[in-house]
Amino acid sequence: MKTLYTPTPLVSHPDEVRVISKRFGQGAQDIDRYIQLDGYKAARKALEMQPDDIINEVKVSGLRGRGGAGFATGMKWSFIPKQSEAPKYILVNGDESEPATCKDRLIVEYDPHSVIEGVIIAGLAVGAKLGFIYLRGEYRYLLEILERCVADAYKKGFLGTNIFGSGREFNILTHTGAGAYEVGEESALMESLEGKRGLPRLKPPFPAIKGLYGGPTVINNVETIATVPPIILNGGKWYVAFGPNEKNGGTRLTCLTGHFNKPGVYELPLGYPGNKMIYDVGGGIPNGRSLKALVPGGSSTFLLTREEAESATMDYDWFAKRGEFLGSGGVVAIDDQTCMVKVALRIMQFYQHESCGWCIPCREGTDWLKKTLIRFHAGAGQKKDIDQMLYLANNMAGRTFCALGDAAAFPTISIVKKWRNEFEEHLDGRQCPFERSTERELALA
Amino acid sequence: MQFSPELEQRFQKLVAQYPWKRSALIPLLLYAQDEVGYLSDEVISDIARRVDLTELEVRNVISYYSLLRTKPAGKYVVQVCTNISCMLRGAEEVFDRCREKLGVDHKEITRDGTFSLEEVECIGACSWAPAIQVNYDFHLNVTPQKIDAILDQYSNKTKQ
Amino acid sequence: MPDVTITVDGKKVTAPAGTLLIEACKSAGIEVPAFCYYPGLSVQGACRMCLVRIEKMPKLQTACTVPITDGMVVTSDSPEVAQARKATVEILLGNHPLDCPVCDAGGECELQDMTFRYGAAESQYMESKGHKEEQQWSPVVFFDRPRCILCYRCVRVCGEGMDVWALGVQNRGVTSLIAPNKQDHLECEECGMCIDICPVGALTSGAYRYKTRPWEMTHVGTICTHCGDGCKTTLGVRRSKGGMEIVRGDNRDKSGINGDFLCIKGRYAFDFSNADDRITQPLIRRDGKLAPVSWEQAIDHVASRFKQIRDSQGGKAIGVIGSNRTTNEENYLLQKFARSVLGTNNIDHHRTADYPAFAKAVAGKQNITATLRETMTAPAVLLIGNDPTEQHPLLAWNLRTNLRIRNGHIYIVNSGEIKLRRQARAYARVPEDGGESLMVRYLAGEDGVAGKLESGDLSRDALRDFRDKVKAEQGLVVIFGSELRGDDITRLVQWGAKQGAKFICLGDYSNSRGAADMGLYPDLLPGFTSLSNGAAFGHEYGAAMPQQPGMDIVRMFDAAKSGRLGALYVVGSNPVARYNIDPFALKNTFVVVQDMFLTETATTAEIVLPTANAYEKSGSYTNTFGDLQLLKKAGDLAGVRTDFELIVRIADRMGVDVRKLVPFGKGVRADMGQSRGAQSGEADRHAVWLAARNLEPKLSPFDPEALLDEIQRLVPGYNFSRLNLFAGADVHTLAPEHSSVSQAASPESIVPANDSLFTSGTLGRYSNVLNSVIENRRAPAEAEIPAD
Repeated sequence: MKTLYTPTPLVSHPDEVRVISKRFGQGAQDIDRYIQLDGYKAARKALEMQPDDIINEVKVSGLRGRGGAGFATGMKWSFIPKQSEAPKYILVNGDESEPATCKDRLIVEYDPHSVIEGVIIAGLAVGAKLGFIYLRGEYRYLLEILERCVADAYKKGFLGTNIFGSGREFNILTHTGAGAYEVGEESALMESLEGKRGLPRLKPPFPAIKGLYGGPTVINNVETIATVPPIILNGGKWYVAFGPNEKNGGTRLTCLTGHFNKPGVYELPLGYPGNKMIYDVGGGIPNGRSLKALVPGGSSTFLLTREEAESATMDYDWFAKRGEFLGSGGVVAIDDQTCMVKVALRIMQFYQHESCGWCIPCREGTDWLKKTLIRFHAGAGQKKDIDQMLYLANNMAGRTFCALGDAAAFPTISIVKKWRNEFEEHLDGRQCPFERSTERELALA
Repeated sequence: MQFSPELEQRFQKLVAQYPWKRSALIPLLLYAQDEVGYLSDEVISDIARRVDLTELEVRNVISYYSLLRTKPAGKYVVQVCTNISCMLRGAEEVFDRCREKLGVDHKEITRDGTFSLEEVECIGACSWAPAIQVNYDFHLNVTPQKIDAILDQYSNKTKQ
Repeated sequence: MPDVTITVDGKKVTAPAGTLLIEACKSAGIEVPAFCYYPGLSVQGACRMCLVRIEKMPKLQTACTVPITDGMVVTSDSPEVAQARKATVEILLGNHPLDCPVCDAGGECELQDMTFRYGAAESQYMESKGHKEEQQWSPVVFFDRPRCILCYRCVRVCGEGMDVWALGVQNRGVTSLIAPNKQDHLECEECGMCIDICPVGALTSGAYRYKTRPWEMTHVGTICTHCGDGCKTTLGVRRSKGGMEIVRGDNRDKSGINGDFLCIKGRYAFDFSNADDRITQPLIRRDGKLAPVSWEQAIDHVASRFKQIRDSQGGKAIGVIGSNRTTNEENYLLQKFARSVLGTNNIDHHRTADYPAFAKAVAGKQNITATLRETMTAPAVLLIGNDPTEQHPLLAWNLRTNLRIRNGHIYIVNSGEIKLRRQARAYARVPEDGGESLMVRYLAGEDGVAGKLESGDLSRDALRDFRDKVKAEQGLVVIFGSELRGDDITRLVQWGAKQGAKFICLGDYSNSRGAADMGLYPDLLPGFTSLSNGAAFGHEYGAAMPQQPGMDIVRMFDAAKSGRLGALYVVGSNPVARYNIDPFALKNTFVVVQDMFLTETATTAEIVLPTANAYEKSGSYTNTFGDLQLLKKAGDLAGVRTDFELIVRIADRMGVDVRKLVPFGKGVRADMGQSRGAQSGEADRHAVWLAARNLEPKLSPFDPEALLDEIQRLVPGYNFSRLNLFAGADVHTLAPEHSSVSQAASPESIVPANDSLFTSGTLGRYSNVLNSVIENRRAPAEAEIPAD
């Protein structure tokens, strides 16, 4: 099957700080071009460094997991035991599936070698000899690009039994998924790579102790791993300085989606102000409407009201102080003509579809929430349903096997609490004040 | 089960390359489906043998992943994302246009077998919404108006 | 692991570090509810019912996944915890069909119990429940999908426990469902463990579903009457026209020797007992045809003919064949009757293992036989011959569990690719017809036989490696099948005893070991006592005992053929079919048969006396491992009598002092049962009634316990703790160790049953369930159907 490749559109804004996106649009798929643009310098440098020094550099950089959980990368690497009978592995999570998140695809499309180089460096840091890059099944065109690039790296001797002539060994395998959001959870990702149903594993043991094939495993998001080479090349201090403090270092790709005038993927420093992101970078809300709600980082995060969004600071701390999450970088602007019941419904429809079904609260809870929201949006809701939805979501949050239950509960809780009036406007058989519920939606029930 | 020589070669490489054979399962299934159109009982038992699993285990895996199917689909599977970012930018209208144009609904196949239509979850093209995928091809920033031309491209390919 | 102390609900609990919190709580009497957790199976953390609050942890934790650490402070019962559990039950009930009034599990349902406990009965949802039609997966397993709560217990017990892996999880999310490979039918061993382990009514038994409610039955835990393992099966009985009908067999109370396990036979194959073709009145041959006759007439007839033949031709003209399925007391009584009343040593049974040779080999040794329980805990097991998966399903379960939970080392020597090889640390496939015997020689150091053992699969190096590994094992248990007989057994024991091994000799039917222990041999008294050592028996019996060895089963039929056998008394056996006897050979012999059915043997008889089966009486069984267990009367059928009662009645009519035969009520004057009316089973029930009230039970001449007392006094190796036995435990007997066998005779009369999981000698032929499953799978040719 031939895959059609049309380059994904790129955008730019003067406030962008280009660390990861430096080579976007510069033909860096080509290995020679990549080398010209400082490519594989970091890997060569890392070969000269002590593993602990590599890890330390990453620690200093303040780099945190860009998949959404935001765990400190250097810390994660340092958990890998130095001595291990079982082989160690690097696993790159390219199962990008969090709604509103579309950054990893750009990295693999425009700077695939940075991922390969990052994996090599991670391998050197923890003493692994094999790395896997797992891409979601829908990204077939990216898999083709990546397979070519890995082959090119082998040809150059950057991968194989004698990388960069150092006498050291490192190999990379690319791997395709086949459609499952849950596989983005790191332990489910390992299950999937082992050829199983993508169910999360019990923790402990954590992957750093017993992961893929029972060996210690580092699992990093594509963006995280692609950030490693510039950190090694320029130093952790250089990178951390882009952000407001050492816990919120560097930059991240921010995907502006939904009701923005200028949607696209922008590389913004951590701590960027919310209002500038919305009105300056994103160009504001189209059609003369105003912002009603903002999804700050993928559909799993608590939604912000307009006031909250405009006063937000896009870094980990600002959200953590509120007991909320910065998330994956997938920002959704929702304008004032959008029905929040419908938003809640569409989000829940996704989690219901993607729940792996392993544990009861998530499997049954997402289904009941979806069913209730469909009925509610169609005008057949009852007042007690509003509290019942909150009750259900609260009983999922923190009680499920993995974080998918939380991911489904958090947006629901925030929408019901903050836009309760919109739910009340759907009561007593009234039609949706914004639009009619479509037949299709009812058919979903 | 007879696969094309290219696929056979790829299968052998996949089965050999992982620390555990079973890791090859999902790629094997996806590539076999690309070639055969769906995962027939015959394909399942063939692949089960290749990775030393029971058919039951293979079926359990297949049924978990949304890209894998055990029933035939159209030659071109039109997948319309209607998740939040796409929905806000008109994905439902795009999906409706596809329904009209193809005369089929979600998970249905056109009578001539050229297309099947699916409403799918996020395909990671959120900043270029609404987006659709036809098999593995992405079409970004689509509108109901652009749908006709996109689909015609594919139906013309079949006619050639 | 060292012990640690934690605090649960203010109570100090001490357990080894690493114990799962849920188990630690249980040990302190604190029940933490769970649907998915099941002891011995892999941990899931899926149902979220066992959530508890652990200090210093931000979220509620699942008690089934957390190993305890010193100083842990746990709250298992608080409004927060109760609320979390209630919410889980509520959400389950959202989709669960509330058809409890008709559901088989109603009254025995864990979801029902949890709803009751947490008060989650108020429906919070308006949406309609998803309905799916029930599926029949096999003749014995039905699946009602909407009732399923996806605890995955069935998947695990089938895979991890049974090593069958017939069930998996299809789809994901709310559409997830348990399904077999072909979506609608099972390819499995039909053990039904998935049904027992199901916490709700999703998996139901084809034999039981929609028949009755649990509380309408009386539940009687007794011992399965099929193979030689002796599993406990709990029979649900209810009143029927003909007495008490057995409606269900299961293993819900898990208190037996079999723990969690029960196979298809123990669970479903009680149905032979309800078969329409049971005989329910005595039959006598008139004009060449068997016709009904009164009990009085029948017993008079038998007694007078036995007496006449004994008095005219002597005891040597009478043959007695006992059973592998009657109780120890019945077999003991039968040999006592044969020897002290009929005056003959012509007594035998269908032999399926060379127990006398085993007894000879282990005689005088201590700690030389292993219990069935030890097969689950032994650090190493060597299995020579047999196919336990088919012939000793509980033993197979124990070996698999031993490996899974304790990492025991299993070694297999077999001429076939038996399924247990998958659990083997080393597997030696030896040639058919004698390979096992050669292997014993090889193990014992005869390197010369290696050449005959070598094959493509088994190199000389592999052989040596096998022997070295086994030799290095401490605490080895050696188990062998009927492939080994006579000197092979002696050789094996001599070799293994050097490294302190214990032994198990496998025989085929539920009480074949009991039959052997109770002296159903022409040359051995109970306890494998040689005739010359039998003074104690003669003294007790108060009769002259025949001193010469009698005829074995084969010779008895030879004698009949040549007109030397005046009478043949067959109790619960079908030798005509088993030994392929031409019925014509018996035309001049007075044949009396006690059986449930008109078997090939019964149809040759002059008198047929209808009998109760093991589920319809009390007594004891000794499994092939030597573990003694009590049978409890469950079913009842009007018109039949126990073999015990019949032997006593025949003896009584022959003029014997019954008190000598059954030492009941010694020195006590009391109701002897008969005065309560001599309906079927009445006397027996009376004894049970007395026992249940802690009264002296030995008051009836039909009371098996009166004879158990004598067995304990007289049979060497049967001096076990009666306290344990009557408390419901299994007790290990040691007859082989105490034997005085000088020579193990008649190995040629050993005919293994070769039963599969789906056959059970004659009984199996009358089990609709076994036959329906056979039809679906691999129907054996008629000739292959074994009989006993």
